[in-house]
Amino acid sequence: MNKTVSSLLPSYLDQSPEVKARFDKLKNRDVILEVKNLVKTYKTNKGETVALNNVSFKTHKREFVCVIGPSGCGKSTLARVLAGLESYSGGEVLLDGKPVTGPGRDRGMVFQGYTLFPWRTVKQNVMFGLEMNGMGSIEAGREAELWLELIGLEKFTNAYPHELSGGMKQRVAIARALVNQPRILLMDEPFGALDAQTRAKMQAHLLEIWRNIDITIVFITHDLDEAIFLADRILVLKAHPGEIMELIEVPVPRPRNLTQSNSPEFLATKARLEALIHPQEPAETTEIPIQQRMIRFVNVADNVE
Amino acid sequence: MKSFSFLSGWFGVRQELSKERRTILGWASFLLPILIWCAVSYVPFIWHPAVLVQDIGDVDYFQEGMRIDKAIFQEEFENMQREGKKVPQGVSTNPIYLPAPHEVAIAFYTSFTTPPAQKDGQWMHESLWQSIQVIFWGFVISSLIGVPLGILCGTYSVIARLFEPFIEFFRYLPAPAFGALMVAILGIYDGPKIAIIVIGTFFQQVLVICNTTRKLDYSLIEAAMTLGTSKWKLLKNVVIPGILPNLYLDMRILLGWAWTYLIVAELIGTSSGITLFITQQARYQHFDNVFAAIFIIGFIGLGTDLFLAWLGRRMFRWDRPVNKE
Repeated sequence: MNKTVSSLLPSYLDQSPEVKARFDKLKNRDVILEVKNLVKTYKTNKGETVALNNVSFKTHKREFVCVIGPSGCGKSTLARVLAGLESYSGGEVLLDGKPVTGPGRDRGMVFQGYTLFPWRTVKQNVMFGLEMNGMGSIEAGREAELWLELIGLEKFTNAYPHELSGGMKQRVAIARALVNQPRILLMDEPFGALDAQTRAKMQAHLLEIWRNIDITIVFITHDLDEAIFLADRILVLKAHPGEIMELIEVPVPRPRNLTQSNSPEFLATKARLEALIHPQEPAETTEIPIQQRMIRFVNVADNVE
Repeated sequence: MKSFSFLSGWFGVRQELSKERRTILGWASFLLPILIWCAVSYVPFIWHPAVLVQDIGDVDYFQEGMRIDKAIFQEEFENMQREGKKVPQGVSTNPIYLPAPHEVAIAFYTSFTTPPAQKDGQWMHESLWQSIQVIFWGFVISSLIGVPLGILCGTYSVIARLFEPFIEFFRYLPAPAFGALMVAILGIYDGPKIAIIVIGTFFQQVLVICNTTRKLDYSLIEAAMTLGTSKWKLLKNVVIPGILPNLYLDMRILLGWAWTYLIVAELIGTSSGITLFITQQARYQHFDNVFAAIFIIGFIGLGTDLFLAWLGRRMFRWDRPVNKE
């Protein structure tokens, strides 16, 4: 089925002149993040597991990169290594040419789980990073208020996290990371726990923020549409071990909107991603197919389809 | 069917009940034991294993007001009948050590209004005050070291590995066993008593607080680190504020723990406080006073805990399920 659809579509490699010009410009910008031959292994009871193998890529200033892959491909591990929350076994991670040795304010992170500090109000949460880096509380408060206005949560300045919805919590988390003026923002499936509608709103919101602020974003997701909608380039990983399959330049022009999800470029990119992530003939799968195991428990005459 | 659905309404697995039902059950949990006590005390055919002699008849060793085993009374009664002498009279009663509720209620009042038997003795409220002071200082001294050490153990593995094994060992040593030693070191007055409460509380306190500290959601610490928080600032700005409500809860439970060591502690050296009152009253078989004193401890304990719970709810308004949807 994928083949017939993709034969009608343009290649995902085809770029309109505008899109091509954008990518040329983007690639001429400074490199913010450079990952060279990154290897990450875990010691488990069964011996060593390779989570990431020989991962290399470059991210340019103000680029929006999405990392996508099947579960177990190490995409979360990649984000955590970039954040400095986990060590790596080999290779290099360079931010502005300097090696990453641990967590720091130059790499903000938004997690999938809600990690707002429950004892701090929304404003105090946003102020946290500034205070930890030595800014006085009056100045930090002013800065935080500015950001709350920017993300449209000024009414919730003095609310506690438990009073916010999931989407609002993630907005505060984004503001809390960005107020620190990091060089890059790492986002580990930040909208994964949200419902479809809120997620769509948050994606649009994030693009709006990204457009207006000098920030480079590395966004981890398993949602193909989300990746295409958001990214300049998509880093596709495969599992066991986590390796780069392809770095796809998304040919969908900017500014993005939801109607583009039916455009030929969008569909072509999605078809390519699907072919990479869910190959037609799974080489080796440990999962047992559902059909083979199911026994009919209902009357033969009672068909639902 | 109706009664079944009525019951299943009360027995939802881990379902909270309505406020009305909670209030009813709260009172019932106190009324139930009181009702049982009343039944045993006032209904003559429930228990009442003894007879209170009202008229000794011709039994030479009976005395008026004496409590005697029912079987013996019956035997003497039959003996006198057989010999044609005057039979003893009495009413069924409970043993001396189980006073009726109203007797305890009266004792409750009179214990505060009756001056001490000896000249140098203490009034009830003075005994209580002395006990409360022993508890207070024991708990404060234990907490001054126990709380910081517990938090450090829960935060830094190096401290946990260094202290925990010994504390695990020491907490199995019964605190009262140190009584004689503490008297030798600290004298016979309040010193050794406070020491026993410290020994009884401290080691549990470190382990409980360490455990609470470890339960803090690690992703909060990770989030703080990605915001540029240095290792040393994490403790003050994330760990401590994050565990505060649970730490407070631990302290409430541990304070109850400290009270359980009070009676043993006060027997060490010169008896003092509420324990002295209880042991003296028991010696004179004033068990109504004994019960009254025991209940007072209960009321003080429950009262403190309810107050601290109320205070905790006010202090930690933010403490709701938050980072989970």
